[in-house]
Amino acid sequence: MNRTYDAIVIGAGHNGLTSAAYLAKSGLDVLVVEKNDYIGGAAVSRELHEGWLYSNCSYVCSLLRQSIHRDLDLTRHGLMIVPYNGTTNFSRTGDYIAEYPDHDMQYREIRRHSLRDADAVHRYEADLMRYARLIRHFLLRTPADPTSFKPRDLGELVFMAKKFAGMGEEQVLEFIRFMTMSAGDYLDEYFENDLVKTLFSTSSIIGTALGVYSPGTAYVLLHHVMGDVDGAVGAWGLARGGMGAISDAIAGALKEHGGEILTEAPVAQILVRNSRATGVVLENGDEIHAGIVVSNLDPKRTFTHIMDQKDIPEDLYDKARNFKIRGSSGKVNIALTGMPDFPSLPPGHMLRNGTFQFLDSLERMERAYDDWKHGRWSADPFVEMTQSSVWDPTLAAPGHYFVSCFIQYCPAEVEGGWTPEKRDAFGDTVIDQISNYSPNFRDLIAHMEVRTPHEIENEIGLTEGNIFQGELTLDQLMFNRPFPGYSQYRGPVKGMYMCGSGTHPGGGVSSACGANAAREILLDLKRPNIVPEDDVDE
Amino acid sequence: MPLQAKLQSVDSISHVETGVLHSPFHSRTSALNINQQWSVWNGFASAIYYGDALLEYFATRNACAVFDVSPMRKYRFQGVEVEAMLNRMVTRDVTAQKVDTVAYNVWCTDAGRVVDDGTLFRLANDEFMLCCADPCLDWFLLSAVGFSQVEITDISDAVASLALQGPTSCALLKAMGFDGIDHCKPFQIMRFPWNGGDIMISRTGYTGDLGYELWLDPGLAEPLWDALFEQGRVFGIQPLGDESLDMARLEAGFIAPDVDFHGALHTVELHHDHSPFELGLGWIVNFKKTHFTGRAALEREKASGNYRRLVKLDIEGNKPAENSVLYADSHCRREIGYVTSAMWSPVVKANIAYGLIEAKYADGEIWAEVYHQKELRWYRKVARCLKVSKPFWSPERAKQTPPPDC
Repeated sequence: MNRTYDAIVIGAGHNGLTSAAYLAKSGLDVLVVEKNDYIGGAAVSRELHEGWLYSNCSYVCSLLRQSIHRDLDLTRHGLMIVPYNGTTNFSRTGDYIAEYPDHDMQYREIRRHSLRDADAVHRYEADLMRYARLIRHFLLRTPADPTSFKPRDLGELVFMAKKFAGMGEEQVLEFIRFMTMSAGDYLDEYFENDLVKTLFSTSSIIGTALGVYSPGTAYVLLHHVMGDVDGAVGAWGLARGGMGAISDAIAGALKEHGGEILTEAPVAQILVRNSRATGVVLENGDEIHAGIVVSNLDPKRTFTHIMDQKDIPEDLYDKARNFKIRGSSGKVNIALTGMPDFPSLPPGHMLRNGTFQFLDSLERMERAYDDWKHGRWSADPFVEMTQSSVWDPTLAAPGHYFVSCFIQYCPAEVEGGWTPEKRDAFGDTVIDQISNYSPNFRDLIAHMEVRTPHEIENEIGLTEGNIFQGELTLDQLMFNRPFPGYSQYRGPVKGMYMCGSGTHPGGGVSSACGANAAREILLDLKRPNIVPEDDVDE
Repeated sequence: MPLQAKLQSVDSISHVETGVLHSPFHSRTSALNINQQWSVWNGFASAIYYGDALLEYFATRNACAVFDVSPMRKYRFQGVEVEAMLNRMVTRDVTAQKVDTVAYNVWCTDAGRVVDDGTLFRLANDEFMLCCADPCLDWFLLSAVGFSQVEITDISDAVASLALQGPTSCALLKAMGFDGIDHCKPFQIMRFPWNGGDIMISRTGYTGDLGYELWLDPGLAEPLWDALFEQGRVFGIQPLGDESLDMARLEAGFIAPDVDFHGALHTVELHHDHSPFELGLGWIVNFKKTHFTGRAALEREKASGNYRRLVKLDIEGNKPAENSVLYADSHCRREIGYVTSAMWSPVVKANIAYGLIEAKYADGEIWAEVYHQKELRWYRKVARCLKVSKPFWSPERAKQTPPPDC
């Protein structure tokens, strides 16, 4: 292999593919190199057991930018995002609390638990929606450098100031307060009922090594409700065919514009000569040259694994080493030979078309976090169980089901190190939790894939298995993401860029990081910008 | 003189004043229509949506969905002259239509204006069924003038019908024992014995996706519905209402009567009706066949090129251009037409519409004046429209025989 490209993107995750697709669409000769023998990174669908397609890493979708979907014609490349109902949260009393898309059903459901909270939901949702609409303006934009006097940065700061001012003075102050709060404290301000709080709280800790009462988790909650499906802000959907359908569709667009993908090609190092990126050397020794090298790996991995320490400023190495990218979650993916019983929700019940959780108080969530702090997986874990194939007929044969569970908390390291036995014990803890609510669940299991942070790091390459490529805390957001001074997708040497979720606007299958990086690269190359603006026309 | 009038009992005419009528599936559709959201179609209650219009719409694209088509008007045409009679009435060549096939048709006035559209089923050499959204018997009888060997019957109430649409529809029918349905080609008809009766299945529909329509005796309606939903659960079956069907048909490029066009016989004002060419139906106007009603006018119109165009539009932004007026310029100075149907398409992720455009502006720029509301406050924007030639949604599986995953 001895070819020269205009640009090389390292890592065929969805953001890498998005960046590559836009560079290729602009007319550049682009190669994506991927260590695995499949593409998609953490947005994949793989037949891990014959007859079942596993959407086994990321599992639901809300942040994917609609304007990118439309602009790259991802529907024609096979992508369909199907909305689903919402969450049903089972409590140990045998009751549950559920989210309904229908406004009146939602009201009646909350009212069943608390008359006052049923009304308070409107105030809560309006306040959160205000913040969501604010943040949504910035997803497909490069963060301004607050210290820069360049016209572009000044323009961006003015844009930002205008959007903030548009909320009114009082709400700006409220928002600043909100950004520093814990989700638990925030929810306590609105609601009295434990189950109601629990229902709204769980997205505040997903993928985060924090507890529901840790400051900063209010933003994580917002991060999970600022997406949309077809303009319904806060709604979530499934990709038909599993999350791999997203990666495959973007790869389809990339190939249509002449881009190439090389799998089983792990990168050993980014080549730098005279403070310029010149290409990559693969682990097998092959060198591939390009004037543009874009890393879709997380910032820690990028700067401490595949760049020579001598090629980067020492303070950057230090920032990368200190970057907060902690493992806190695991996955259990399950092939079922039948529809599991949940006695209060018979098959065909509308709430079956959604995700299930098993919690009854914020305190119970906080206890689960305590285990993690002590280096153990939670004995009473938070499980979000997505019954993808209830609504997606392509994942399993009729009557068979694929279920994807997201579990918190699970540490990246356990005492004595992870072993297959400990991994399986973690999986059993999860099945035990589900079995409390579904007596025949265990009997229906045909195959199961258990992934601790250890497996996720080794297979996908996310440091510590952190799903966001770095914590979504205020010190690592906007112009601080991934590090102060490096928020505009440019690396420390000319021609080197970052496009992963470790950059703004952060984790989630959004394509925004990849698209924003492509826009900056095209700007540096003095090529016309072809990356679309966001559809924030609400 | 003694009274000669035959006095009617109240019971014999009570159906006039009962309000909406119930289709043969009503016991089942009303149980699922949890919010009791009904529209009225030809006097029959027709669900607007059942639980959630968006989820039900997605079933047509992702799994399968059932729409009660029973209120559709259905007419039987029988007799030795029936082929010739229909061939004079509709714009396509009926003599070329094979037995056990379906053909989409329009029929026009002498002036070449569309009376209605519908699907023509050839059930035998001398027997057809014609289905249309609105009653049309009067026109059919007028169209039969000169043909003594034709019998036309309104069989609307004698035939119950369901549309089963979506990617898992074929697999579901197969699982229900309709063997060979996977070999049914688009627009083909197959018949199956079922539950002591007969069910006719045509591979037709109004969603643009893989799908079938089932035609049966009303006595079989409830058992069929139950069987579909019992077996259909593992195929993701959902009931489908008007709102969702309307989204699907717009994406598929189908026009709707009384929405996108106004039937000529009901039209008072000049040019408020339409020719088939205006509606983009030139492909079913066949000038190679013998005389048909409206032919001379249509030949003249086609030659002149002077007819409005119903065009498919992809509109910038995400605000549906409902009821928008269309202009040739972004300053809205030259009015050139109006939008007939508009929506945000969830599967295509595009803001789509049909616009009826004056002939001389059909190839130029098109701008829509869009009004949209946010928390009761109205906003106005002028959005650029791009003309699209193909249907917004037309998956391969809709054309494949056998369909995939079946």
